[in-house]
Amino acid sequence: MQADVFTRRRNNALIFFALLAILTAGSIIITQYDVQKGFTSIARALIWGASNFYPDAGSLTKLPDILVKLRETVLMSIAATSVAAIFSLLLAVAGSRTTRICSSFTVIARGIASFFRNVPLVAWAMILMLAFSQSSLTGFLALFFGSLGFLTRAFMETIDEVGENTVEALKSTGAAYFPVIFQAVLPASMPQVVSWLLFMVETNIRDATLVGLLTGTGIGFSFDVYYNAFNYHAASLVVIVIVITVLIVEMVSNGVRRVIL
Amino acid sequence: MALLELKNVTKYYSGTTPALADVSFSVNDGEFVSVIGSSGSGKSTLLRCINRMVEVTSGEISFGGVVVSRLGKKDLRKVRTKIGMIFQQFNLVDRMSVIENVLHGRLGYKSTLAGVLGRYTHEEKWQALKVIQMLGLEQQVYQRCDQLSGGQKQRVGIARALVQNPKMILCDEPIASLDPRSAKIIMDHLRSICTDIGMTLVISLHQVDMALKYADRIIGLNRGVVVFDGTPGELTSQRSAEIYAREPKDVNINLGERNAS
Repeated sequence: MQADVFTRRRNNALIFFALLAILTAGSIIITQYDVQKGFTSIARALIWGASNFYPDAGSLTKLPDILVKLRETVLMSIAATSVAAIFSLLLAVAGSRTTRICSSFTVIARGIASFFRNVPLVAWAMILMLAFSQSSLTGFLALFFGSLGFLTRAFMETIDEVGENTVEALKSTGAAYFPVIFQAVLPASMPQVVSWLLFMVETNIRDATLVGLLTGTGIGFSFDVYYNAFNYHAASLVVIVIVITVLIVEMVSNGVRRVIL
Repeated sequence: MALLELKNVTKYYSGTTPALADVSFSVNDGEFVSVIGSSGSGKSTLLRCINRMVEVTSGEISFGGVVVSRLGKKDLRKVRTKIGMIFQQFNLVDRMSVIENVLHGRLGYKSTLAGVLGRYTHEEKWQALKVIQMLGLEQQVYQRCDQLSGGQKQRVGIARALVQNPKMILCDEPIASLDPRSAKIIMDHLRSICTDIGMTLVISLHQVDMALKYADRIIGLNRGVVVFDGTPGELTSQRSAEIYAREPKDVNINLGERNAS
């Protein structure tokens, strides 16, 4: 009997890797992807990048312009995330297993979360562009919708995790619904909520670049302009500035996490 | 006079096996009643039916002359303020201080707004401090609850129940997660609350020896049925084997196992 378990495990592993190999080979054949060329062109891309895609002295004169755009992008991400967080928290409290008023709320909240999360950010930006054309509002709303979906889901799970025991205790003292939420659920889940919020800000700064490219706002648009004008030096400066910003935001939020947890 | 009275209380969670079957007993003012039985025998369900954290399927529970099972939301909260509850997992808000957790016991008496803002009167704070002192936690008043030991946490739980000024305290396996020394401290505190203040206690326990040592009266549950109701003196090893038997006919076999071990 015991030998059987081990053989079965080994066979399962073999089957899994065989399937993976077939899938890979199949997709390569169907898409007519040339593996050899794919790998050799990586080297060529690196060489091209090293010889063209670096900031030079001329591009540094563009830095003030880039920083203005960067500030716009960062602020928009923070605004979109924090506004989304407020709505998400309301939805999560209404939809969480431990704090819902009735079970249909869970279905509704989960539905809203899934819908907003599963429509890709780019699709949001394109759809919203029809309504609001190329403006900051479009970018803001696209980020807002994406964050709303993600944060609702994350907050709901946080509340489910931390809430149950204390909610039971406070309910048994005769406390009403809102005192229980404000005295037990929110204080207990706050560190994780803030942690998710910071994560979302980081993600949104990265995504805002992409959204900006589409909506013609912020730092994404700067990149697009320089890139299309063959000003690769300035474009590379934009990329470096974004990377540095994301790293700084990450460092700050890690610091905040350490303090609150 | 009976403070608590259960008449034919039956609870089905789902399916055909009841969690509680036709449970009837009454508890007098100032009595220390211990409910014993193996896991899944319905102890926790029984306790939670009393303050309606779990709704009964049929039967009647009256507390202080009021039929609990027929109350509306508001009146139910009023009854709950008169019934304290302490838990196996303590169910404290770990990130809040001892005094804040103890004051949570007052939430049932507050208006929604005062509860949400956590505004307590001077008298309430004094009372909380007095109870904390009584339980020997005066060194930890402003400490966060996640820094406390298990025994200290449970004392905070008892304090939270006591500031409710309850007529009765329900204790759901209060010492199951504690080491023997802390367990003894907790049981001694509970005993003195009963003897000195005249509090009524209904306490579910895993350990028969604890029930024998501390309780005035023992109720034995086996698969939702009351199979024993009497003083510790009346609980012979034959009767206790009946309480812990898996099937009625298992009694002898179980006795054999006990003698062997």
